[in-house]
Amino acid sequence: MIEIRNLSKRYGDSTVIDNVSLDLADAGITAIIGPNGAGKSTLLGMISRLQSIDAGTVHIDGLDITATPSMTLARKLAILRQENQISTRLRVIDLVTFGRYPYCKGRPGPEDLEQVQRALAFLNLDDLAQRFLDTLSGGQRQRAYIAMVLCQDTDYVLLDEPLNNLDMKHAVDIMQLMQRASQAMGKKVIIVLHDINFAACYADDIVALQNGKLAFQGHPEALITADKMKALYDIDMTIERFKGRPIGLYYA
Amino acid sequence: MMRALKRLSPAARLAWVGLLTVLAGVAFMTWNVRAGWAFTLPFRGEKLVAIALVGYCIAISTVLFQTLTHNRILTPGIMGFDALYLLLQSVLVFSLGNLFYVQINAQLKWLLDVAVMTGAVCALYYWLFVRQRRDLHLLVLVGLIFGVLFRSFTSLITRMMDPAEFDALQDVMFASFNQIDGSLLGISLLVAAIVSALLWRARYAYDVLNLGDDPAITLGLDQRTLVMRTLVGIAILVSIATALVGPVTFFGLLVANLAYALAGTHQHRYVLPLAGLLATAILIGGQAILEHLLHFGTGLSILIEFGGGLFFILLVIRQGRRS
Repeated sequence: MIEIRNLSKRYGDSTVIDNVSLDLADAGITAIIGPNGAGKSTLLGMISRLQSIDAGTVHIDGLDITATPSMTLARKLAILRQENQISTRLRVIDLVTFGRYPYCKGRPGPEDLEQVQRALAFLNLDDLAQRFLDTLSGGQRQRAYIAMVLCQDTDYVLLDEPLNNLDMKHAVDIMQLMQRASQAMGKKVIIVLHDINFAACYADDIVALQNGKLAFQGHPEALITADKMKALYDIDMTIERFKGRPIGLYYA
Repeated sequence: MMRALKRLSPAARLAWVGLLTVLAGVAFMTWNVRAGWAFTLPFRGEKLVAIALVGYCIAISTVLFQTLTHNRILTPGIMGFDALYLLLQSVLVFSLGNLFYVQINAQLKWLLDVAVMTGAVCALYYWLFVRQRRDLHLLVLVGLIFGVLFRSFTSLITRMMDPAEFDALQDVMFASFNQIDGSLLGISLLVAAIVSALLWRARYAYDVLNLGDDPAITLGLDQRTLVMRTLVGIAILVSIATALVGPVTFFGLLVANLAYALAGTHQHRYVLPLAGLLATAILIGGQAILEHLLHFGTGLSILIEFGGGLFFILLVIRQGRRS
């Protein structure tokens, strides 16, 4: 469980995360939603120790993230952020092998290589393993990064808008993969999503942020309603049902 | 042939460049020996070691600096090292006078050079990185501004000098591989060896750092500590090279990028030694050809800067096209 207590973050005068307290219980997929500038990425960055905390605490399975050695956290939690620019030319397999660094410190043993193969297979990357990252399409590259994150073999997997710049098919592929990862591997996936309908279809728990504050938290069934969406995004939405899940229509 | 080259493993590539370095060394030592061996070997040997050390320091510091900054067209020179070195020399000449400057104890001056340059980086680093918790890019930018400030001070001082003093200063303003003081070699080698051993221990961590700062932290790297230690190491290596031969700016850029291209891997355990060997081979081979084939006394540094400068422009144009 990830316990967040009175978390705040300021940039100069503007408060990006304002006294947020919430528990990310061990649900399979937790989606974080909210309008632009609500502080979704910042919250994820603070949970994963990439951004400093101005006030408040984050505990992961009881470990205070500011007091726990980074290497210990690296075996508990992995995060993939939005922009990933690598200054060297890497092959897919090299990138994925980096996921084993918290365990092998750069010298992968047979067990590590087995994990790498498993992650490659899980993301259908076997044929692309020897390709350079810059020769891949956006969707393939995103899969390679997710393979690295899964290879890190952590209980918690945090993804910051992994569907950005992906077309519909690839976006659905990624969400189904994360669903399989949470069901088959027991991963707890925490994912920032722009499209509320992906959250409605796949998430077991939704956290809605607004202006740096926690607006709602709950199951999609309780959260994806016309009233709450109006309050959150200031847009009129018609809620329909699709495969037993609520779905918001807002395109016109 | 290109295809055969592509199939070579990184270790084999390293061995080939090693062989090239040895050949360059042998050529440098044995070409055109006129005086007896008893004179030539120690005379040229000292120079060989000095040149190799300088090349090595520049190569290693540049590769690591590029890894820290995630940028392949930067060199530690951007932090204003050479500018600080020149300012220090001009202050010394100006305040002590021409005669005293020339007679100053070489070891003492070496110690002063290295201490001031390393100290300045550590101070800057401590102020921005530890106290203000700012990031590396701001540190580099502030270094750049300081470099400009130092250069302006230097030119102010040179304007106030008398011509004889300026003449003495002119000698140290350009890198020279011919007037290396042998008495400084021992201590330089020792310090470089210790620093290298410490840096070498983080060779796998540097590979992770290449992924970017965030991924490196995610993978459990203590990025700030690593950057801090590496930066101090870079400062020491650059200071050693600069104190021995004077400012060399573009050479590191040249060898670092050649090393990336030749190594065929991103792994620092191959790239670092390869860059070191390559730098040594180029400097020693170049010096041998200049001295014995073209009968040039000085000028290697000028040629290298020329080649390096052209290469730099090429890199910038290529990067511009890619993005």
